Amino acid sequence: MRANAASNPSIQSGEFRRSELIAKTTGAVFAILCFCATFAALAALAVLLIEIWQSGHSGLTKSFLRGNPSSLPERAGIYPGLLGTLWLMGCTALFAIPLGVGAAIYLEEFAPKNRLTAFINLNISNLAGVPSIVYGLLGLTLFVRFFGFGRSILAGALTLSLLIMPVIIAATREALKAVPDSLRHAALGVGGTRWQTVLHHVLPAAAPGMLTGIILAFSRAVGETAPLVMIGAFVHVTSAPAGILDKFTAMPILIYDWAERPQDGFREVAGAGILILLIMLLAMNAIAILLRNRFGKHKLA
Amino acid sequence: MTMFTTEPKSSISSREKALEKKDVASAQGKLSARDVSIYYGSTAAIRNVTLEIPERKVTAIIGPSGCGKSTLLRAFNRMNELVGDVRLTGQVLLEETDIYAPGVDPVEVRRRIGMVFQKPNPFPKTIYKNVAWGPKINGYRGNMDELVEDCLRRAALWDEVKDKLNKSGLELSGGQQQRLCIARALATRPEVLLLDEPASALDPISTACIEELLDQLKNELTIAIVTHNMQQAARVSDHTAFLYVGELVEFGATEQLFTKPKLKRTEDYITGRFG
Repeated sequence: MRANAASNPSIQSGEFRRSELIAKTTGAVFAILCFCATFAALAALAVLLIEIWQSGHSGLTKSFLRGNPSSLPERAGIYPGLLGTLWLMGCTALFAIPLGVGAAIYLEEFAPKNRLTAFINLNISNLAGVPSIVYGLLGLTLFVRFFGFGRSILAGALTLSLLIMPVIIAATREALKAVPDSLRHAALGVGGTRWQTVLHHVLPAAAPGMLTGIILAFSRAVGETAPLVMIGAFVHVTSAPAGILDKFTAMPILIYDWAERPQDGFREVAGAGILILLIMLLAMNAIAILLRNRFGKHKLA
Repeated sequence: MTMFTTEPKSSISSREKALEKKDVASAQGKLSARDVSIYYGSTAAIRNVTLEIPERKVTAIIGPSGCGKSTLLRAFNRMNELVGDVRLTGQVLLEETDIYAPGVDPVEVRRRIGMVFQKPNPFPKTIYKNVAWGPKINGYRGNMDELVEDCLRRAALWDEVKDKLNKSGLELSGGQQQRLCIARALATRPEVLLLDEPASALDPISTACIEELLDQLKNELTIAIVTHNMQQAARVSDHTAFLYVGELVEFGATEQLFTKPKLKRTEDYITGRFG
């Protein structure tokens, strides 16, 4: 350390007398604090992963993956939940992606910038912050009861679609905003219509950002429990769903159920379920990164 | 001439206007602005400009930064309206058609009046697709390969890229990218080419290349170029318009305007006394 720099002959001159000692110390202290913050976050994640691995890895067996929920921990399996979650995600993608991306394209590329669109924008941001249980209530009233879809995959998927649509809209709009106007002007300048410009140039350029945002929205949806409990998803489903109107269960619901049970054996089962869920989440995030890197190659200069 | 039936209500005195008229009266305007004012919100960026861009000639628009020359240029192919709160009064005519008349499709206007921008902005696609996209979406029925080759030749780029048409347009150098943008603009067979400081981001050699290119292109189409480089305007243009704070100060043959400017303000600007 050159802590004595202040007392030594300095290259500072004239009216400028900066206290080098204080400047350097504050800088170092701040860096250490920031490192601690990072370390705390990482440590929490590590403890969580180790804890879950210890309690759950012995339960990760083939019969657990292929089995049905049971009141006996040694026979309990996650298969209907796993399939239910996959069905839910598939159907949610079908509803939420076209609607969310469409809304974002309209708001960003076509809508006039006036008070009404500003109002809509504000409310989309608000929607993104609404607690998920409120969406569950909405789903129960609207999809389960009013439309009469019952406690089906369809009702669940529509509820989750509502939940993640604001997130998809926000992510897509950010990605569209990042596309430079010079590209739009180039396309419009050679006689392209707005629609051709968006379809042929803006969307491909925005694709990596959009995909990343969409997949992250789905990572949120995959772990949602509250809205599914609210619309009354079942726990004891003994067969995998075969269609969108079938009753269903999902992984987070099973995990919640197992974790609540008094028998010790279910802790292992819950741990194994969490591991599967985490593996699924990590896989989705990995796909997001891969897609971003793949499309990012033909980036704009 | 019928084109001067409406007397512009400019703050520039009518005597000065009269001087202008005489010069321009001889030229047939391919593109003309008639008493055009352009407002950003409530601020006027262009005030009562009347200007004839003669056919198959290069017309330079010069003036200090912020005088509205780019705004005026963009008004010629309705690019201003993409920016948002921009309003235009007066008429902009392509031959006899008012391009701002209701019912005129801005998309068709932009096909017939091409534009090259200040910063090279090729599509992040192959060189071939950069040129072919415009004609393709405009329903071009001819031989696309021939059209692409023809446009790249006319943009003096063919020899440099003929072996890598499937490489990305972004892999080219800045000067090549700008020529690619010119080829792209030529591909929709425009009658007028607007260039907004096309060489300001380029090195002197690329700049010379573009200037030479303009000299050839003016045999086939009408060119309007905005530049803040007066030497460039003197080199490439046949006519020059000098714009100052949103008003057209003087318009005339380039040689006359640079050697014997009629107005004191023009002289002060081109001799570097301000701007």
